[in-house]
Amino acid sequence: MNFELMAEAFPQLIEGIPLTLQLVFLSLAIGFVLAVVIALARLAKDPVLPRLAYGFVYVFRGTPLLVQIFLIYYGLGQFEAVRESILWIVLKEPFWCAIIALALNTGAYTSEIIRGGIQSVPWGQIEAGKACGMSRVLLFRRIVFPVAIRQALPAYGNEIILMVKSTSLASTITILEVTGIAKKLISATWQPIEIFLVAGAIYLTMNFIVTRGIAMSERRLNPHLKDRPLPKRTALDRGVTAASAPAAAVPSKPAE
Amino acid sequence: MKDSNMKKMLLAAIAAVTLAVGPLAVGQASADDWNKVRIATEGAYAPWNFTDSSGKLVGFELDLARDLCARMGAECEIVAQAWDGIIPALNAGKYDAIMAGMSITDKRKKVISFSNAYAATPARFVVLKNSDHADFTSKLESLNLEEIDGDEQAVLDQMAAAFKGETIGVQVATTHENFLREFMGDTVEIRTYDTQENLDLDLQAGRVGMALASMSYWKPLLETEKGKDFTAIGAGMTGGPFGGGVGVGIRQADAALVEKFNKAIAEATADGTVSKLAIQWFGFDASY
Repeated sequence: MNFELMAEAFPQLIEGIPLTLQLVFLSLAIGFVLAVVIALARLAKDPVLPRLAYGFVYVFRGTPLLVQIFLIYYGLGQFEAVRESILWIVLKEPFWCAIIALALNTGAYTSEIIRGGIQSVPWGQIEAGKACGMSRVLLFRRIVFPVAIRQALPAYGNEIILMVKSTSLASTITILEVTGIAKKLISATWQPIEIFLVAGAIYLTMNFIVTRGIAMSERRLNPHLKDRPLPKRTALDRGVTAASAPAAAVPSKPAE
Repeated sequence: MKDSNMKKMLLAAIAAVTLAVGPLAVGQASADDWNKVRIATEGAYAPWNFTDSSGKLVGFELDLARDLCARMGAECEIVAQAWDGIIPALNAGKYDAIMAGMSITDKRKKVISFSNAYAATPARFVVLKNSDHADFTSKLESLNLEEIDGDEQAVLDQMAAAFKGETIGVQVATTHENFLREFMGDTVEIRTYDTQENLDLDLQAGRVGMALASMSYWKPLLETEKGKDFTAIGAGMTGGPFGGGVGVGIRQADAALVEKFNKAIAEATADGTVSKLAIQWFGFDASY
């Protein structure tokens, strides 16, 4: 293990963090707006909208992000019509191609998380809102959305962590974020283990901060759950296997 | 050029040198007058050395090896050896010389010796034919960056001024990237690619204004459909950051063989044999 090389690589890899964070925050912000729109389209009472929204989700969840990045970056650039259109101002830049791919991808996943959150809002709360005479928009803003977000937060936290790691794929289209710099250092030194260990530690640190942040906002959004006692310890917690515990509790089958 | 297995090779080579070859080679160097020389090549790096459809080793280096052997008065046997083991096997005494498009680098010099360079493919910029730089010319056809004189400096300054603000693509961790960082790092945007093919796509799409690579890569590409929109501009550049050319790899103990190769290479370069073979195989003069 070459610790000297690791020490040399560290400050260079640190320089990639601002770009990684830009990719994470911009694509999460755009993706979240997109996700809310898609989730609402999915739940709309309309013959076409839910199908269109599902088609989008199906395509972007069903194909690898790496393929999406390549198609948006190298693929679209092949067409002269694209190169001569106004879109080229954005698509010419590797950074914006990465943002588009990441935002579309996270938008698809997050829309499902939000849809699940919205559908889990207890019907009684919605009825109560309606009974108070709330309009549809007010009902959504005051009742449905805040409750849905609380329900969706743990799953969305997962998505944020995945996005921090997904930005590493931007290195495949010439972007020198943390992984891009790591790859560059490796091809100059032929010492992948040392350099990827440092890069891995940087991602671990970023995601540690993300997980703390999510835990904090969970506590803030659900203060009423803060002091909820943990469920009593059961036989399951004491190492009795899941298969044997119910068998012991449930009366044996008639045949036996 | 092809350094991906250097670390492994280095370790294996050091082990091989210390354990096996050291004593053997010392005995050989004093006694051997090199009537017989065994030369290894890779056989997978066209047009330097490759295997034709009938399985025969052919290429620039095969023809050159035969010529050099005749000049040295030696009987030569040419064998194929995979690239990743080519240095360790030399040091283990399996053959006596390597001619496999191997660039002379300081890292390799720690493990083996090299003859003087017999070839170097110049690096050139390539742009789209409709680019503003497509008719860029410089006063010199070729530029050796080893010792830069007044004329050469003028050409470098002219390039730096003309390409200022341009986005230039280059394959990562190559001698070409080293050149851009050293000579134009402050005035152009350098974009690095994992493969040359991806760089070609972005050059075609106009995301980079120009690309820098070896003529041994550009020349065949420019003659195909894929390269029909590209054109090479400016001087062909060698030396300095581009390394010391391609030479014959020889065990460090065999100084006498290095001398013999140096003499033969000097003769073959002087009488135009190397140029002739290079034009035949590369389509341009790659003699050093």
